[in-house]
Amino acid sequence: MIDLAGPVVVAAGCGGTGRELAALAALDGVGAFTTRSLTLNARTGGPAPRIAETPAGLVHSTGLPGPGLEIFLATELPWLVQQQPRVVVSVTGASVAEHAEVARRLAQAPGVRGIEVNLAVPDARAHGLLDVREPFHAANVVAAVVREAQDLPVLAKVRADVLRVAESARVVTDAGAAAVVVGGPQAAALPDGRPAGLSGPAVLPLALRCVTEVRAALPGVPVVGGGGVTTPDDARAFLAAGAVAVQVGTALLHDPTTAARIAAALA
Amino acid sequence: MAATGRGGGLPGVKAPLHTTGEVLASKRVGAYQHLTVVAPGVAERFRPGTFVAVSVDGTRLARRALWVHGVKPVGGYGPALQLVVEPVGPGTRWLAERPVGARLEVTGPLGRAFALPKEPVATLLVGEGYAAAPLFPLAERLRERGCPVSLLVAAPDERRLLSALEARRVARAVTVVTADGSVGRRGSVADVVAGVLAQSSAEVVYAAGPVPTLHAVASAAEQAGAWSQTAVEQPLTCGTGLCHGCPLPVVGEDGVARVVRACTEGPVVRGDRVRWAELEPVAAVGARETP
Repeated sequence: MIDLAGPVVVAAGCGGTGRELAALAALDGVGAFTTRSLTLNARTGGPAPRIAETPAGLVHSTGLPGPGLEIFLATELPWLVQQQPRVVVSVTGASVAEHAEVARRLAQAPGVRGIEVNLAVPDARAHGLLDVREPFHAANVVAAVVREAQDLPVLAKVRADVLRVAESARVVTDAGAAAVVVGGPQAAALPDGRPAGLSGPAVLPLALRCVTEVRAALPGVPVVGGGGVTTPDDARAFLAAGAVAVQVGTALLHDPTTAARIAAALA
Repeated sequence: MAATGRGGGLPGVKAPLHTTGEVLASKRVGAYQHLTVVAPGVAERFRPGTFVAVSVDGTRLARRALWVHGVKPVGGYGPALQLVVEPVGPGTRWLAERPVGARLEVTGPLGRAFALPKEPVATLLVGEGYAAAPLFPLAERLRERGCPVSLLVAAPDERRLLSALEARRVARAVTVVTADGSVGRRGSVADVVAGVLAQSSAEVVYAAGPVPTLHAVASAAEQAGAWSQTAVEQPLTCGTGLCHGCPLPVVGEDGVARVVRACTEGPVVRGDRVRWAELEPVAAVGARETP
């Protein structure tokens, strides 16, 4: 398991490159900063509208725009590492081979503390990414990443599907994941019907249940929880359920200081 | 420290702040609510074309982006932001109903400002609806630099014509068009912009308004050999560059088509760099706030 500086972690895709967040709130109090999910090649993202507001949540389908690994390693990672948060790089891709290639390169990149494999992209197929529907798909990806990651710990972010999350957690840890990340978006649809994810306080009770399911089934596996965390009490609920750390994501889009504030409250 | 904001970004450009502001005044003028908000440090950093993101209604996650109409000192508080709200959806209605003394979570100023000419060249400012707001402080900055300012303000009707009286104070020539002809000439920006541009002899055109208006201005400027700077308003979620919810299709300096964030690489972009045709179908779907 990755050595965290504290229990509050910036979730993938909600902290930008780090610069946007760092301009408004210090990153040094957070336990780790998770990058947006990176792919081997640059992605422009999907069509607009990409995000819709819903009571207590956001429905989103951005298509994971990003610079691709090369530019990330050359421009974004060095800056982020200088700011001194523990950097966890989130990874996704169109194939198992792409995941493995990205992991291989990250294993040689200075400053990376861990790899989070994003197996929970709720609109993967719509955006040409590997659609991880079955736990054994997840296990295949994790095994390939672990093989290339060398000494880097690999965190597996699995789908927050209450009925199957324990099974997913079991197979990805069997495949070599050092920890399981539970939470993130629920599969949903934008108002026009396009596949999307639902994030924000609406998903918190589901994510919390997922954490308790995994803890009950696999007491020895470190679980990072998250999903709709907005307040210090939300974070405490995940920790009380047995999570070793809590991710803060969507709340940062509403208040970019949320992660720093919760970290300070829990310190 | 109530406000948070740290260095970084471009040299000489102050980072935005996230802070708690307070409504000092709220006044209805026509269809718009004019809010005066003190948010320590934000007004001091404002440059015309930048905007603020505010939280609404406690439970809503997406923020509302508001143009800054001006900065004016309020006794005992220092410089305060003047914001323009068109109450059309749940968030903007909530904002319009905030009483004096209400707290408001404010992040800003955000985005890139209008670039000012180095030489005292003639300028034309084109604004439509509430989005004309940033052109008023811009006009003041341009006048300070000795740039002659002509102004073309447009609106669907008189109630949504922003600050027509103030326009006469900041510009030496003012043209008003409304879709229903209730004030000024009947018509749209697209109908008159080429003529107004020729009359003004402007070398730089600044525009703020709906996408079709900006497109018309950018095209007219290009034909007249003038530079154009357009403040592109896209529906956005965070305003801080995190969410990737406001994609803006552009052509980069290198001629390569790419998609940038309207909130961060914009809202002000060169009119000849925007791929307008790809933007218009989207703009037809999403207004700033869905009613």
